Amino acid sequence: MSLDVLSPGGHAGGHHSDDAYEPVFTGETLSRLQTLFGRYPTKQACLLPALWMVQENRGWISQQAIGEVAAVLDLTPAYVKGVVTFYTMYHTHPVGRHFIQVCTTSPCGLCGAEDTLRALLRETGCGEMGTTSADGRFTVIEVECLGACGFPTPILVDDTDFIENVTPERISEILSRYP
Amino acid sequence: MGYPHPSHEQENVVLSKYFGDAGARSLDGWVQRGGYEGLKKALGMTPEAVIEEVKASGLRGRGGAGFPTGLKWSFMPKGDGKAHYLVCNADESEPGTFKDREIMRWTPHALLEGCAIGAYAIGAETCYIYIRGEFTEPWRVMTAAVEEAYAKGALGPNAFGSGKRIDMILHRGAGAYICGEETALMNSIEGKRGNPRIKPPFPAQAGLFALPTTINNVETLAAVPQILMRGSAWYKSLCLGNPKSTGTKLISVCGHVQRPGNYEITMGTPMKALIYDMCGGMRPGRTLKAVIPGGSSVPIMNVAEVEGCVMDYEGIVAAGSMLGSGGMIVMDDTTDMVYQIWRLAKFYAHESCAQCTQCREGTAWTTRVLERILAGKGREADFQLLFDLADNMTGKTICVLSDSCAAPVVSGIQKFRGEFEAYMSGTRHPTAAGV
Amino acid sequence: MAEELVNVTIDGAQVAVPRGTTIIEAAKQVGVLVPHYCYHPSLPSPAVCRMCLVEVEKAPKLMPACVTTVAEGQVVHVNSEPARMARQGVLEFLLINHPLDCPICDQAGECELQDYTFQEGRAGTRYSEYAKRYNPVEDFGPDILYVANRCILCTRCVRFMDDVAETPVLNVSERGDRAYIGIASEQLLDHPWAGNVVDLCPVGSLLSKDFLHKARAWDLDKTASVCPGCSQGCNTSIDTRDDVIVRLRPRPNLEVNRHFMCDHGRMDYRWLNRGDRIEAPLVYDGHRHAATDWDTALDRFGRILRDAAGSAVLLASGRMSVESLGLVRRLLEPFQVTAAVQVPLGEEAPLSGIPNLALRRERTPNADGAELVGYNRDWEAAVQAVASAAFVIVLDADLDDAAVAAIRETRAEVVVLGTVAADWIREASLVLPVTTMAEENGTYVNRDRRVQRYQQARSQPGMARPAWWVAGEVLAGPGPDADAPSTAAEAFAMLGSAYPELAGLTHGDLGFGGRVLAATAAAGQGGR
Repeated sequence: MSLDVLSPGGHAGGHHSDDAYEPVFTGETLSRLQTLFGRYPTKQACLLPALWMVQENRGWISQQAIGEVAAVLDLTPAYVKGVVTFYTMYHTHPVGRHFIQVCTTSPCGLCGAEDTLRALLRETGCGEMGTTSADGRFTVIEVECLGACGFPTPILVDDTDFIENVTPERISEILSRYP
Repeated sequence: MGYPHPSHEQENVVLSKYFGDAGARSLDGWVQRGGYEGLKKALGMTPEAVIEEVKASGLRGRGGAGFPTGLKWSFMPKGDGKAHYLVCNADESEPGTFKDREIMRWTPHALLEGCAIGAYAIGAETCYIYIRGEFTEPWRVMTAAVEEAYAKGALGPNAFGSGKRIDMILHRGAGAYICGEETALMNSIEGKRGNPRIKPPFPAQAGLFALPTTINNVETLAAVPQILMRGSAWYKSLCLGNPKSTGTKLISVCGHVQRPGNYEITMGTPMKALIYDMCGGMRPGRTLKAVIPGGSSVPIMNVAEVEGCVMDYEGIVAAGSMLGSGGMIVMDDTTDMVYQIWRLAKFYAHESCAQCTQCREGTAWTTRVLERILAGKGREADFQLLFDLADNMTGKTICVLSDSCAAPVVSGIQKFRGEFEAYMSGTRHPTAAGV
Repeated sequence: MAEELVNVTIDGAQVAVPRGTTIIEAAKQVGVLVPHYCYHPSLPSPAVCRMCLVEVEKAPKLMPACVTTVAEGQVVHVNSEPARMARQGVLEFLLINHPLDCPICDQAGECELQDYTFQEGRAGTRYSEYAKRYNPVEDFGPDILYVANRCILCTRCVRFMDDVAETPVLNVSERGDRAYIGIASEQLLDHPWAGNVVDLCPVGSLLSKDFLHKARAWDLDKTASVCPGCSQGCNTSIDTRDDVIVRLRPRPNLEVNRHFMCDHGRMDYRWLNRGDRIEAPLVYDGHRHAATDWDTALDRFGRILRDAAGSAVLLASGRMSVESLGLVRRLLEPFQVTAAVQVPLGEEAPLSGIPNLALRRERTPNADGAELVGYNRDWEAAVQAVASAAFVIVLDADLDDAAVAAIRETRAEVVVLGTVAADWIREASLVLPVTTMAEENGTYVNRDRRVQRYQQARSQPGMARPAWWVAGEVLAGPGPDADAPSTAAEAFAMLGSAYPELAGLTHGDLGFGGRVLAATAAAGQGGR
């Protein structure tokens, strides 16, 4: 047996930082979360919304943030981590300033989505999927069905901007909107 | 249709009448267009009478399973003193399907009205609407609609003046196909991994937060106000084929057609009319090769099967596939079927929740075999291997995700075996799988 | 009220079981083991491994036996072709990414993946062209390693921590075939009952560091025992290799510890392997302790007893058996006796998901058994009584400073029945080597007054004998006709005449699960 032993939790998302951690759930963000508590019979049900708030605030969900969410919702960090890693929209690593998700599932794939993805990787300078461009501006990944199959190729930028009918020709104009 | 193209004359626009009409998004705009009449009528009836009306309409679940909606509602316990929940499944994530997105995007109040009627019928005070995380625009439109409805007193303690409390809560998913499965969706709302649950217990006994729950698809609920407003007899009359399939159905058409989009057809419309008339047929110089008619999880149809097929639950089954969610993927003669089947398998391998052995390992293994065939390293024995894997992945797991992975593989090999053999014999050059 | 019974037929055998019974449990009743991985009788069933799919007549598809409950007239086929083929399919899937490193895996020989594959898996692989999934070994906690590559994701460990330990520090991370068992980086699998995940793991994925590469499963001898670590009395198996204890594991007893034991108990076995033991009777001749034979030693013991006059003190370890405590106590019948049992204390650590199961404050297995046969827990009073006593017996007690001082100062005759030598035994006129609980048969009485048997797991060192044998021989006196007990069962039977609560009870009555004594007015003191 290989005794190439990792420390606990070292499997994934092992971004440790010595920097002081600023809590997400203070002030307005905390009161937004507390409003949600009233809408569900359990605090646990606020887990997905709480994780979204973290990602909106920080761009990704760090180990410390997992710990904070766990504390706020009376859960354990391990439990929260199991949930975070189930849902592909949550980032457990830092990403570029703009995060671009490109659908390449069959319906879009039939209509040239892979060409669009290649063009995006090239024009953003990312080169490879999941890699952040050298200037820190973009990260591009391939995702499964974005649910807009009649508008190939859809892309989702920064969890907020859903752009339909993206073709290689349109990319430079679209990228220019994201400095 | 209505967006992005005008409606086609062969369509029967009921739900999609106001697609593309931004004025329909506000509460007032919706009322001006006849909205909330169905709810008003429902609130004047007993919940039992509402359920009977929906039963009589023949409305069946539009999410994929086609279960009769009124019957589903009638399973909810009565007088049990417990809180009941209505959950609206807006996790639309079946590849090829994009109809619920347009309903929420253009006619949010049609959905809220349907939810209110459903909640009233099943005795629920709370309705959770679970919208997939990627649907950012529908999320914004729905959020605005719910906020407006609360601001105007249409939701809350005296919803729509009924004296009853109805709350609607939007819940955002975060990227998981399997959360479209009803019990996985409930786990997801509860703050858990989206793992499908073992049934029994069924949601009507112990669903969301272990309380009696009914879960309906967006299109199903959006159709309910129309049924209440215009009557079940009218809805039932919308039928060109089998009398068990009634009403209109939004068919999302994508792939190699001239005009992709959502087409609202009367149940029983011929598939060819949809593809060649409404969608404008294939691109110039191309011919039809294959259709996946009900979202990526159903068997692939070849041209012969499309020929006489009528679009309703029974008609497509008779043609060897299923209506499913109504997401129709059309492929022309340029399509590499082996590549497309690999791509579908890859989708399911990515989305498997990891609970059941056959699904976790089988979807990934299937993908690798197909990848190897694409690389020109396939051999005759791979057919039997893929069939064996498919057999082990069918009917053996908690949910049907692995069945869905197996269906296009099996039907693809059965109907397009020559393309696989071309890769195996070297008459077709190897293809790199993916970017 | 009688339970409602349901008649089912499983692989041709008919059985009536209570309504609500699962098929997998009903099958056990007729001797059919339905192969399974995720199912465990002490955990909630997720029905995810799909190994236990069985054919149920009239059902449209194969049903998971672990969550499907029996119905009247149901006909189940566990070994039909469809069921066997389904299991073969699951095994094939489980093995594609498995490293097949059985030769270096601690689980080999007691591995359910190995067993079922051998029983009904495919002979060869059809997954030879692909790289297997690889994840490094992860350190989960003080005694647990996670070998992800061997994991079949049955999630027993996760469910144990979630639902039984109620401390969710494990998770399933990621999804699809990328999934693995995860832990949060700031947490450790260091719960006082965490070691159970190693037992629960059906494959070699969760390993005990303590047992790592120590022995092959087929080289182990297993002996039914009772944990001496606290007053809970968890049923255990002592696993020995070449007469050395290499691990302790829980032995199921649904009334006491279900399928579990705590880490304190699990790790508390090194004292049973000690080599520095008293191996021969030692008699003090005025100058020094000299080794002697048992006849001489027993004769000397008898004489000391006959010659002593006044009060006696008995300081006993709570790890001694009821048999030993009882017969040694009877030696002192002629005296005014102060008999105390030593009860070390620690922090209570419950296994919160199971009612009435905890590592108890009283870290000794037989304090209640001692009380039953005439001892009390007032150790200090007994130590104080040593000063004025004429005669003191120390029964393998681990004396604290005050007790050692009292022994050194007393004029009393001191007889020690012990396992290991301490400096103060120089004060004894007689030192008799006795066996530990691992070297004898005996019984303990747990905090719920359950009398439970343990069996001899390794040979006794040198001339050591069970303390009940020593006492029995002295009670019977010298001579070939003497009526001394020759087995623990006989010793136990002798106690009945002196201690009414044990009257009529035999080792045979106790079986492997033990028996609870009827409550008495004197019993049931709370807060222990």
